[in-house]
Amino acid sequence: MYLADRSAPSGAKTAPTDRGSGRAPAVASTVLALGTVSLITDISSEMVTAVLPLYLIAGLGLSPLGFGALDGVYNGVSALVQLTGGHLADRVRNHKLVAGLGYGLSALCKPLLLLAHSLGPISVILALERTGKGLRTAPRDALISLSTPDGLQGRAFGVHRAMDTTGALLGPLAAFLILGVAVDGYDAVFGVSACVAVLGVVVLLLFVPSGAGGTPPRQAAAPPAALPAPARPNPVRLRDAAALLRLPRLRALALCAVLLGLTTVSDAFVYLLLQRRTGIDDQWFPLLPLGTAAVFLLLAVPAGALADRIGRRTVFLTGHALLLAAYGLLLWAPDWPALPYLVLALHGMFYAATDGVLPAAVAATVPESLRATGLALVGTGQALARFACSLAFGGAWTLWGTGPALAAAAAGLLCCAAVAGHVLRPSPPVPAAPAPPDPARRP
Amino acid sequence: MTRSRRLLILAVAVLLLGGVGAALVLHAASRADRPRTGGPAATAGAVTLTAGRDTLTFLGSGQGPHRGALASVPADAPDGTRTVSDLSCQRFHAAAGTGVCLRSSPGALAQDNKAIIVDAELRPVRSFPLAGTPSRARVSPSGRFAAWTVFVSGESYGAAFFSTRTAILDTRTWKLEPNLEEFAITMDGRDHRAQDVNFWGVTFAKDDDTFYATLSTAGETHLVKGSVSRRSVTTLVKNVECPSLSPDETRIAYKKRVRAGASLWREHVMDLGTLRDHPLAEKRSVDDQAAWLDDDTLAYGLPGDDAADRTDLWTVPADGSGTPRLLTSGASSPARLG
Repeated sequence: MYLADRSAPSGAKTAPTDRGSGRAPAVASTVLALGTVSLITDISSEMVTAVLPLYLIAGLGLSPLGFGALDGVYNGVSALVQLTGGHLADRVRNHKLVAGLGYGLSALCKPLLLLAHSLGPISVILALERTGKGLRTAPRDALISLSTPDGLQGRAFGVHRAMDTTGALLGPLAAFLILGVAVDGYDAVFGVSACVAVLGVVVLLLFVPSGAGGTPPRQAAAPPAALPAPARPNPVRLRDAAALLRLPRLRALALCAVLLGLTTVSDAFVYLLLQRRTGIDDQWFPLLPLGTAAVFLLLAVPAGALADRIGRRTVFLTGHALLLAAYGLLLWAPDWPALPYLVLALHGMFYAATDGVLPAAVAATVPESLRATGLALVGTGQALARFACSLAFGGAWTLWGTGPALAAAAAGLLCCAAVAGHVLRPSPPVPAAPAPPDPARRP
Repeated sequence: MTRSRRLLILAVAVLLLGGVGAALVLHAASRADRPRTGGPAATAGAVTLTAGRDTLTFLGSGQGPHRGALASVPADAPDGTRTVSDLSCQRFHAAAGTGVCLRSSPGALAQDNKAIIVDAELRPVRSFPLAGTPSRARVSPSGRFAAWTVFVSGESYGAAFFSTRTAILDTRTWKLEPNLEEFAITMDGRDHRAQDVNFWGVTFAKDDDTFYATLSTAGETHLVKGSVSRRSVTTLVKNVECPSLSPDETRIAYKKRVRAGASLWREHVMDLGTLRDHPLAEKRSVDDQAAWLDDDTLAYGLPGDDAADRTDLWTVPADGSGTPRLLTSGASSPARLG
């Protein structure tokens, strides 16, 4: 009954196995293909990430403090590019094309790193790499959602995020393996990273169905309430994108994403606080992000499936409650030996319960013709909010110190989660028009 | 396109890309054993750090078998035949029989970064785990104190996070100050408490207590004068990075940021008595903690003119006169032992 049959999966045409024998398979083949692309691409980009500080400092003899200052700018750029990529994909009605351009741009940047030997050009190349990432995110998520029945969105995004994280964990391993074989072989790391990235593009080209989810827009499908976009294959205009925010449910989700993003302390700060709080030895510090990633990887699929079953709102809010618990432990817990494990587990569970669940919830509220735009709107809002939070948290940390800054973030998170719980509450059925598929309303 | 054709194309792509990748790795791996032609002559041998012999030590930075290895030459013949040890580091400094070697090696899951204290015969005495990538290393003139700076980076280059950590070690008592940020800071005469404080680039005076370093807070860098025993620092002037105290302890060589926000530095020398400074004749951007060869001459590393995977050592007069001169090619982390 969760299959919400009235809106047939758009991937049905190209991925017939989706509905083959009346029982849906775990995930659509498109999702697996996109997951594989992300896995491969993340291996490629995390290879670079893992060796970049060493390359800049030991290989090129640079001090990367200036580079750190530029990082924030990249994040802003990436968020705005995401909006462009999402809208462009809907506009040309070819999500695969725009996603492919994004993956291709990022792949091109890796060998270019070999040619750049000073901070300026390296910054430009990394900014282009981030542009590629921004460009591909929304059309890729749109492809995932368009190839999946409404009732299985959470699981599909969970599978994708788990595969993505697997790649992120394998990347550093590959890089250190290469550096183990070839001392100072940064050129080899960048070269192999480029080859891996190209392989990701090849898999995308070969195994991901083209077009906007592989189907022509169907006029027969019941449009969600207050649908601002024409169901006809009209060109998608900027105005339609803006009108998306008139969809009450999407507006609610975007508002909550921004509010909660404003109180989500960036990962780096969490690890820094954890080290200060528990006195973890320096040599373990680089491993802290791996703890979060491992838990995220293990729980992304179950959390997504759970969200499909008991409601995405519940799981999404629970995720933030777990983050709040992590903040609480960092602030008030006694000095247990298990504290670092607990905090990292909660941090990973927070990601598992929110990172794929939010786009799953967004996908269920946005018409197909504007799917990528809708996902990008929420994604950009969230990214900009988190960036603002980073700046604000850094300021609060400076002014008040770590404890009060984190306490303020926790208090903010509590308030925002309460607002989100209220805004996202299940609404009574709208009698005038068929309501958009609302995951939160299912039992 | 049929499924089997797509799989065929994928197989071909995997083979091609795998081949290119393997070739790149093998090429890089073989390069490590291939001596570089045209570089300074080198023989394997014992490098000692004892005072009394006037030598210059540095790390080999050219491609080839001696990359990263600690080498020494007579101070009066810097381009002569090098004696190359089997100690390999990313950063190195030594004085009076004590050396500090910052080493980063690929670990199973992440970089394995260590600071290794070595004795005059380069035997490891103790090692300390580091929280990040090695950046600066210094030993006090007496050989008693060692200091190092590492960059602690976030988990991704998309994260707005970069931080330094500077430690000072007493090699007599093995008391470690793991983080200078714990020291009391006096800025412009007042107590300064802020969480965005970063220190880097320590340089020691002969009294084995006074040191100078860079303090960064609120987007500005300051020169600080500190005391190890009092665990405190005091700011002196702004826009000073990577100070290096002259042997006669009257002047500081440092890199001065040319324009706020830009990664361009000019090497300057400041008189500590008057806090007046002048630029050196080096017009290129120097991103290194310069070393004094004597009271009149500074040495520093710059990326190679023809190959960027190599650092060369240059010298320039400390009074702002003259022109930069190549000291020796394929070398970094210079230290004069006298």
